[in-house]
Amino acid sequence: MAPKKEPAKTNVSKDDLLHYYREMLLIRRFEEKAGQLYGMGLIGGFCHLYIGQEAVVVGLEACAKPGDKRLTSYRDHGHMLACGMDANGVMAELTGRSGGYSKGKGGSMHMFSKERHFYGGHGIVGAQVPLGAGLAFADKYLGNDNVTFAYFGDGAANQGQVYETYNMAELWNLPVVFVIENNQYAMGTSVKRSTKSTTLFGRGLAYGIQGEAVDGMDVLAVKAAGEKAVAACRAGEGPCILEMMTYRYRGHSMSDPAKYRTREEVEKMKTEKDAIEHVRDLLLGAGLASDEELKAIDKDIKEIVNASAEFAKDSPEPDLSELWTDIYA
Amino acid sequence: MAIEILMPALSPTMEEGTLAKWLVKEGDKVKSGQIMAEIETDKATMEFEAVDEGIIGKLLVAEGTAGVKVNTAIAVLVQEGESADAAPAPVAAKAAPVAAVAAAPVAAPVAVVSKASADWPEGTKMKTMTVREALREAMAEEMRADPTVFLMGEEVGEYQGAYKISQGLLDEFGPKRVVDTPITEHGFTGIAVGASWGGLRPIVEFMTWNFAMQAIDHIINSAAKTNYMSGGQMGAPMVFRGTNGAAARVGAQHSQDYAAWYSAIPGLKVVMPYSAADAKGLLKTAIRDNNPVIFLENEIMYGHSFEVPDLPDFTIPFGKARIWREGTDVTIVSFGIGMRYALEAADLLAKDGISAEVVDLRTLRPLDYDTVLASVMKTNRCVTVEEGFPVGSIGNHLSAVIMERAFDYLDAPVINCTGKDVPMPYAANLEKHALLTTAEVVAAVKSVCYR
Ligand SMILES: Cc1ncc(C[n+]2csc(CCOP(=O)(O)OP(=O)(O)O)c2C)c(N)n1
Ligand SMILES: [Mg+2]
Repeated sequence: MAPKKEPAKTNVSKDDLLHYYREMLLIRRFEEKAGQLYGMGLIGGFCHLYIGQEAVVVGLEACAKPGDKRLTSYRDHGHMLACGMDANGVMAELTGRSGGYSKGKGGSMHMFSKERHFYGGHGIVGAQVPLGAGLAFADKYLGNDNVTFAYFGDGAANQGQVYETYNMAELWNLPVVFVIENNQYAMGTSVKRSTKSTTLFGRGLAYGIQGEAVDGMDVLAVKAAGEKAVAACRAGEGPCILEMMTYRYRGHSMSDPAKYRTREEVEKMKTEKDAIEHVRDLLLGAGLASDEELKAIDKDIKEIVNASAEFAKDSPEPDLSELWTDIYA
Repeated sequence: MAIEILMPALSPTMEEGTLAKWLVKEGDKVKSGQIMAEIETDKATMEFEAVDEGIIGKLLVAEGTAGVKVNTAIAVLVQEGESADAAPAPVAAKAAPVAAVAAAPVAAPVAVVSKASADWPEGTKMKTMTVREALREAMAEEMRADPTVFLMGEEVGEYQGAYKISQGLLDEFGPKRVVDTPITEHGFTGIAVGASWGGLRPIVEFMTWNFAMQAIDHIINSAAKTNYMSGGQMGAPMVFRGTNGAAARVGAQHSQDYAAWYSAIPGLKVVMPYSAADAKGLLKTAIRDNNPVIFLENEIMYGHSFEVPDLPDFTIPFGKARIWREGTDVTIVSFGIGMRYALEAADLLAKDGISAEVVDLRTLRPLDYDTVLASVMKTNRCVTVEEGFPVGSIGNHLSAVIMERAFDYLDAPVINCTGKDVPMPYAANLEKHALLTTAEVVAAVKSVCYR
């Protein structure tokens, strides 16, 4: 095994670290299970797994308060679990069953929970960026101190609508955190092959928006950056950009030729930068948790995930009458 | 317990593949996430990762085997101390409990009852106003009544509106509720849809509908489809409005009629008023509706005056056509500015002894089919009139519905009068030819009346 980072020099509490560990593990195991169900033909169409990027959403959710909103792209399962949506409902939507969050009518890429303030799941690259600014526009208009997290990829960062939105978000001082999840690839196109301006957060400066690059494989670094950004938003200072340097271990969707990067590159990230291993080392290294405690969490998570898979298999397909419902409010 | 590893489906359409290469051998320990094999499909070569931990007990399919069906066992994974011959746990996909298959929804032969009726009580005091004033009054009244209603668009505030529809609104409601935007249709339309999800009721003014093509992704993908995709949890209560169709001499990029395009989309409601009373009553209904409403206006009509009921809160429901003129020989169906040609033609035809019934659809989605059908069943002839392109027009759609539901009543084929099948030319003489004319409507009516 490659040498790990030096052990904990952190003043983060045991409870917080255990919480991050648990949340990240839940996402990873859930995604592994989703991949498995896909292989069995229970999930169809597109299915974009979040494995590798868990620290980003878990670190930022640790900065959110009730009322805050979030929305992201089609790579959305992790965001839903992290904001407290039920694993059963998410998995059943993946299998297209009536017990899913959208009664099986949305699927992997189109899920919503008004109750948890999760506003999708968006299949069109970049669409969620102005939509997120719009949610922030509504909060500002209504005079509360909620913040919206608008997540998007490095590929999406080249969409014109992102810059239209930066301009208006800063012009109108909207409480939105733009989170670029820079996992270095948009399908098979690396950042370097899609732009010469590779410091993605820096593009906000042209519109007057402050930003920074953050180690997105380190949940503590994510949390720290998130706290600052959220505080600025709540203080009425307008939007921020956080460019999370992260990595996706799996293919873009389920069918990925994997020819655009080497197996060694992927292995190196997994062994040297893995976000879950990092927190595990912090916990064990500082003697904050025992192997047994972590094993107990592993077991717990496995049960939740297996139960969600069973639920997603057993939940009936939507009644055919559902074809004609929900077209209009 | 031993687990069978199955040939995975690696794409939505994959049914079988080639097991190109094993990267593990029998006896190897595997971790979850470890790459076990390379699998080739028609699309690509893909890596197949282990889900469970264990030891490879047996490889059931040799590398290089082609045509391996999805879900066949390709290997057996065992735990420490287990034999590969132990009965594997069945992990085959459970078939979904299938809901009973209902017959395809066929339009049942329902009775046709015209919904057309008076929009205001007899004897109501009327006032004369332009379409422009009617639209402005509708917005102002709704903004007074509901603090979550706001107007957003280019030049709607300080400039007082590119076509002066929003004149005075900034003074009354302030910059929080009359929001000037940069020229960024894609962006501000997305922001408005997001704001509607966040609890507001945005009115988005497009300077003209031609520029909304930059925003059509958000109108359709984000606004129209979300209620359905969220299983009814959240829709987009908002109005998209602006001038639509040809003005005069503004050329191909500024002259398109989008009525048929937006009417094709489930999840949207589509309104295209002709008179000032309809503009006012329907815009108020649109602002109160909990769905995204496309409101198509017309620059040429803005300055036209009509009688509007002088009532404190006057609305017109969606899905209700208006019979402007009763007749017995032929039904002319139109909407929006097309009504000008329809009504002019009816006047001319009357002089020739042809009695035309003129139906104004007013809303295109929901569309008041019954009023059209009831009229056609009475007159047995129909001509449709609109400014848009001929292919996939509203008239095409109505012809199909009339054929399906009133075929036996027709004494002649339905004729669709539309704009010509060309981009709008700039030259004055060509433009005149590209646009629909009253003479064409008159000729079409004479043709279906065999006169
Ligand atoms: C407007 C649009 N164009 C193309 C696509 C197809 N597409 C889906 S995901 C994707 C790559 C996006 O990459 P990135 O933004 O980096 O996000 P990631 O998948 O890495 O999370 C593309 C091209 C799309 N969904 N929408
Ligand atoms: Mg990416």
